[in-house]
Amino acid sequence: MNALVEFFRPHLMPLIYALIIVAVLPLIAGYIVLLERKIMADMQARLGPMRVGPHGLLQPIADAVKLLIKEDIIPENADRWIFWLAPLLSVTAGMLALAAFPFGPGFQIADLNIGLLFILGISSMGIFGIVLGGWASNSHYSLLGALRSSAQLVSYETAAGMAVVAGLLLAGTLSTRRIVEIQAEQGTWFIFLAPIAFFTYLVASIAETNRAPFDLPEAESELVAGYMTEYSGFRWALYFLAEYTNMVVVASVATTLFLGGWLRPFPNVRSLAFLDYVPPLLMLLLAGYCFYRTPRQPTKVQQAFLVAVGLLCLLLGVVLFLPMLPLTFGGIEAPSLKPAIHGGFWFLFKVLVYMYVFMWLRFTVPRYRFDQLMKLGWHFLIPISIVNVMGISIAVVLYREAGWPRGVALFLTTILTLAVAAYLAVVGGRRESATMGGAEGSA
Amino acid sequence: MLDLVLFYFFATLAVVSALLVVTRRNVVHSAIFLITALLATAGIFLQLQAEFVFIVQIILYVGGIMVLFVFVIMLVNLDVAVRQLQFNRSWLVGVVLAVALGAQLAYALFLGRTVHIVGVPGELKAQNTEQVGQVLFQNYVLPFEIASILLLVAMIGAVVMAKKRI
Repeated sequence: MNALVEFFRPHLMPLIYALIIVAVLPLIAGYIVLLERKIMADMQARLGPMRVGPHGLLQPIADAVKLLIKEDIIPENADRWIFWLAPLLSVTAGMLALAAFPFGPGFQIADLNIGLLFILGISSMGIFGIVLGGWASNSHYSLLGALRSSAQLVSYETAAGMAVVAGLLLAGTLSTRRIVEIQAEQGTWFIFLAPIAFFTYLVASIAETNRAPFDLPEAESELVAGYMTEYSGFRWALYFLAEYTNMVVVASVATTLFLGGWLRPFPNVRSLAFLDYVPPLLMLLLAGYCFYRTPRQPTKVQQAFLVAVGLLCLLLGVVLFLPMLPLTFGGIEAPSLKPAIHGGFWFLFKVLVYMYVFMWLRFTVPRYRFDQLMKLGWHFLIPISIVNVMGISIAVVLYREAGWPRGVALFLTTILTLAVAAYLAVVGGRRESATMGGAEGSA
Repeated sequence: MLDLVLFYFFATLAVVSALLVVTRRNVVHSAIFLITALLATAGIFLQLQAEFVFIVQIILYVGGIMVLFVFVIMLVNLDVAVRQLQFNRSWLVGVVLAVALGAQLAYALFLGRTVHIVGVPGELKAQNTEQVGQVLFQNYVLPFEIASILLLVAMIGAVVMAKKRI
């Protein structure tokens, strides 16, 4: 018994963190879906879900209940065993990848020394869920969706990997926690040192999560719903959960590597320390808005729920505000709690901003054709990211060994890569109009 | 104790799924068991605290090669494969080869019977990813570059053969 306790002691906090993530992630994913619908509605001048709860705040819960109690249909000629396994593979891969992210200075399940490689490797296993699910359904739409999906993932993984390599060259380590700490030490986020790598990663990550404008695997006008055509009920929900988990994973990679992880904006500038007051104030504002809207709700239940949401925001605001005060809790001084509590806020905030860009693009840009997608990946993104990696490695040698100023070396790299990108775009456009002739030349 | 349990778990998993790879009639099932076998091997690497080898095994074999395998399998007509003969009949050659391989393994075990691997030496624990990189790019940089050029040539060769007009 004692041995068991001794064995579990060092693993206690990671276990708790893992439980928190596994328990909270489906809820977060549900609310991201609501957020996405709300943002979509806003961009299309509609209201979005309004019926279930105030401003549709209970919609995710209702959806989840509906999906759970739906009849579970497995097509007769499907390969039952793989049909059952495939969604699980997708979800497991996404959730495992979350284990290596530092959500705050202390809030991390495992600080691996292969951190980023682990994330890339594990999340690339999620593709099996899609491919096998599409195959096992024994349907043409599913199979075509799965084939498109795997081709797309394999193509864009190279570009994403190269963008990550560019960030790693600047950091010099694979450990996710060290990457953030190095950004704090160098006093700048890597997005400013390697902007091209960040934008390549942005495009490649949208393609990797199968989202519009690259959502060809589930293009509803061509393939019904792609690889999940035959799925319904809980299994379909698992696929959806996997998709949103993967979005969180790629957003977290970008946050950790390019956007400074848990650091607040300008962490080293003392005159901007008032930014520390933003998180609690934001929460207080949200709470105030909830209380302001309460009397306008139509029924008593909705009023009560909105008050509850407002109280929750108020509580969060107080928790975020406490470390700003000179207090002590049982021997721990309040300011030392600040990075831990505020770190989580900033990390989540950056992840949400990154995902907002995803949604923004989804509702603005029309879907690509499949050959355009492949051309963009192979003829444009991959060459650019390779040139960028070579340029950044030369720049790193120049400023570390030859004593150049860092900004100049990296700026020259960016200019060089942009020049290559412009050349590729011109040549690609010319070749396209030469092969296609007049009719479709503008595509 | 826990190490031993984990080792036997991964080892059994690897062996059983390797057996299932060759005995399943359905090619996709075989591919899944091959993935399981590769993952179990990766687990054994991790237990030896070779994290880099562990993740390279997953990225290359599971995330790269097996994806292409499954991709190709899905394009093959499976009904034909199910009706075909699963094992060929030249069992005599098979037995001879199996006995030879078994003898080799037994001899290796016999040679190694006095060596007891108690555990992993302590200094291996720290930062072996960096060590792999340094050894690869400093001590063995020429073989490494030759190997990568070989791969490049193979890739260009495949493209040239597959494409009619370049």
